[in-house]
Amino acid sequence: MTKILVVDDSNSIRDMVSFTLKSAGYQTVEAVNGKEGLDKAQTEAFDLVISDVNMPIMDGIELCGELRKLSNFKFTPILMLTTESSGDMKQRGKSAGATGWLVKPFNPEKLLATIKRVVR
Amino acid sequence: MSIDLSQFIPSFLEESFEGLELMESSLLNLEQGDDEAINSIFRAAHSIKGGAGTFGFNDVTVFTHLVETLLDEMRDGRRSIEQNDVEILLGSVDCMRLLIEAIRDETDCDTTKIEENTKLLEKTLAIEESSAKTEGDSNAETSSSEPNQGISVWQIDFVPEHHLVQTGNDPLLIFSALAELGEIIVVAKTKELPLLNDIDPEELYLSWHITLTTESTEADIKEVFEWVEDECLLTITQEKAIIDTPQDDVTQQDEASTSNTTIPEQQDLAKSEIKSAKATDTTQSSDKAVQKPKAETVGSIRVGVDKVDSLINLVGELVITQSMLSELGTDFDISKIERLTSGLDQLLQNTKELQESVMRIRMLPISFAFNRFPRLVHDLSKKTGKDIELILKGEQTELDKTVMEQIGDPLVHLVRNAVDHGIETSEVRIANGKPAKGTITLDAYHQGGNIVIEINDDGGGINRQAVLNKAIEKGIVEAGTSLTDNQVFDLLFEPGFSTAIEVSDISGRGVGMDVVKRNIQSLGGRIQVQSEEGKGSTFKVNLPLTLAILDGQLVRVGTETYIIPLITIVESLQTQTELINRVSGDMVLYRLREDNVPVLPIYKLFNISADSEDVEHALLVVVEADGQKVGLMVDDLLAQQQVVIKSLADNYQQVEGISGATILGDGSVAMILDIPGIITAALKMAQQTHTTRNHQQAVGVIA
Repeated sequence: MTKILVVDDSNSIRDMVSFTLKSAGYQTVEAVNGKEGLDKAQTEAFDLVISDVNMPIMDGIELCGELRKLSNFKFTPILMLTTESSGDMKQRGKSAGATGWLVKPFNPEKLLATIKRVVR
Repeated sequence: MSIDLSQFIPSFLEESFEGLELMESSLLNLEQGDDEAINSIFRAAHSIKGGAGTFGFNDVTVFTHLVETLLDEMRDGRRSIEQNDVEILLGSVDCMRLLIEAIRDETDCDTTKIEENTKLLEKTLAIEESSAKTEGDSNAETSSSEPNQGISVWQIDFVPEHHLVQTGNDPLLIFSALAELGEIIVVAKTKELPLLNDIDPEELYLSWHITLTTESTEADIKEVFEWVEDECLLTITQEKAIIDTPQDDVTQQDEASTSNTTIPEQQDLAKSEIKSAKATDTTQSSDKAVQKPKAETVGSIRVGVDKVDSLINLVGELVITQSMLSELGTDFDISKIERLTSGLDQLLQNTKELQESVMRIRMLPISFAFNRFPRLVHDLSKKTGKDIELILKGEQTELDKTVMEQIGDPLVHLVRNAVDHGIETSEVRIANGKPAKGTITLDAYHQGGNIVIEINDDGGGINRQAVLNKAIEKGIVEAGTSLTDNQVFDLLFEPGFSTAIEVSDISGRGVGMDVVKRNIQSLGGRIQVQSEEGKGSTFKVNLPLTLAILDGQLVRVGTETYIIPLITIVESLQTQTELINRVSGDMVLYRLREDNVPVLPIYKLFNISADSEDVEHALLVVVEADGQKVGLMVDDLLAQQQVVIKSLADNYQQVEGISGATILGDGSVAMILDIPGIITAALKMAQQTHTTRNHQQAVGVIA
């Protein structure tokens, strides 16, 4: 089963993403900031990471950079949840090794369509 | 598949309110160059905006966007932090709160305040109507920029850089996304493929030529390659239009057909179109969500994982104890009594710990109630022109959620009073040799099974004579009555009493101190005042930690067991004959140091039979409520223990003098005495039958 790590400090967004993914048959693990996401990534493998950018303690960009340093996350798709206002975030995300991004606000349909572009 | 977004709204609301509180408290303490604070304010606004967009609350998104823009300028140093901006941001936080409260309550929000604030923000940002117009224009463009241009054949050359797969991108998935747009033929080019020995398995050596037959626009195709546009050489050429579009949008088509450029040159165009596509998404999803907002009536509580873990551990231990005991029970004989006792001890321990842990779940730090005060004092001191510093202490002291929710308003009233009546103006303070800046301190700490909240101000203190005069004027006390300081201060809590000559905008809101006191009492708490003229006042609120469990003193009267809330007990004593004073009839006063305390035999109160009806050498439990003491006569003092309160009204009916019931260890039911109720009733009764001077003195101010 495809296992996805969902990292977002907002409960409502994290719940929404996780619920949508579960409804579509994916397995999810949640983390509330980059640090917690990284800790979870160090103990289990994921097929995809979906992470918010703006988070306390460790933001999504830093998480992305750290994940790429882990051998089993070298090729794992990482999607960043960005907003329009953070224009250069996409670029910064890419240079940190992100696969792609999903622009907020998004709806469940859009989320699932985007995921199909990175997991088989 | 469709997902009902409304289920996430309560959680969005909750975190938005938390975000707003964080914004407010950080704004109040904001100092120049405090990057972390401004970052966290920005982050909170950003999250609220993101959530609001996702769940379709457009007015919140639009408004918060302005706030965020201003914060962004402060964050990256384009704008210095001026007090004026902070005030505007504080006002904006209020507006956001109004908007979000309107969502929560499913009501319409008063837009005048929002509009005013929007104007202020726009003025500050120096973006006026023009920006709003641009936004509208770009939206309009979006809708027309997606014309059906008919089916075309596109030739796409895709030459990825070798490291493409190391960002998690997968060419195969890109092709399947393309395949969703139309019919594709993919040809792989292998000319760059090195010899097997030279192949680095982590690199990508292939490139592709794709022929796509589709109705989609160039922008749609580019969107598929959006994530890899910087890591590849991409050429998209429109070969021919199979079916001409009937639209007059020729220019766009021309542009598309001549485009034979690599992505970077067209990046701006692609980006802007994607951007606008998102904008339409927003409106669609918002429409959906707005249709069915759901009201959440059940309150939720967020519990730290550590608390839940400790619960699970305890339940685990309880299960072990249970299995041990049941094993013991299947084959029990007297030789195993020791193991039984130790098992029961363990059960006692488990239960106690479990109870504490469960109670802990309902406990929140008092900062939840305190965090509104910095803003309140900030606003009030601006309004009154007084310079006031607020000090919060003991914010981590934990308190039951229900108690917390109900103590908020009384505390606000007390703090307002401290600002309004307590702290003097700077001029007066300086004239009295005090620092110009007044200080209000809120302190919370645990004391026994209670939480104590102190509201202290270093203001003028309570003017004893003014209070007394007022009380006499209002007919609350008779002229010439001699009262102790405490009795005078207690007058503040009398219904209809207000020392402010004019009802002010700040504290005079139709709610008096009597309501404050009543609210605190209904929580099983009490309030005391200490004040020294010229030095300041302290209001001390004493509350039980929880409403579900009570520390009680078990007493016996005849065959009945009653429970007296420990918080009401002043002392217990055995009567001495010489201190008993029979006033008249069957009214008995007991001399307790300087007080005359009316003696109230419980057997009489509930019409039951007691072991002894003699006041001499009887046991008195002296209890206090409303500043009034009475001695309850009981036959015996039993244990002190925590009892779980069961509502009598729910299970039977309300009984005067009884606040609830509990079930004791032996399975019997014991009544919990409602001390304030008993005292009020007893004094009323006494007053009706006796009017002797002696008694008047004892009853004091309550008359």
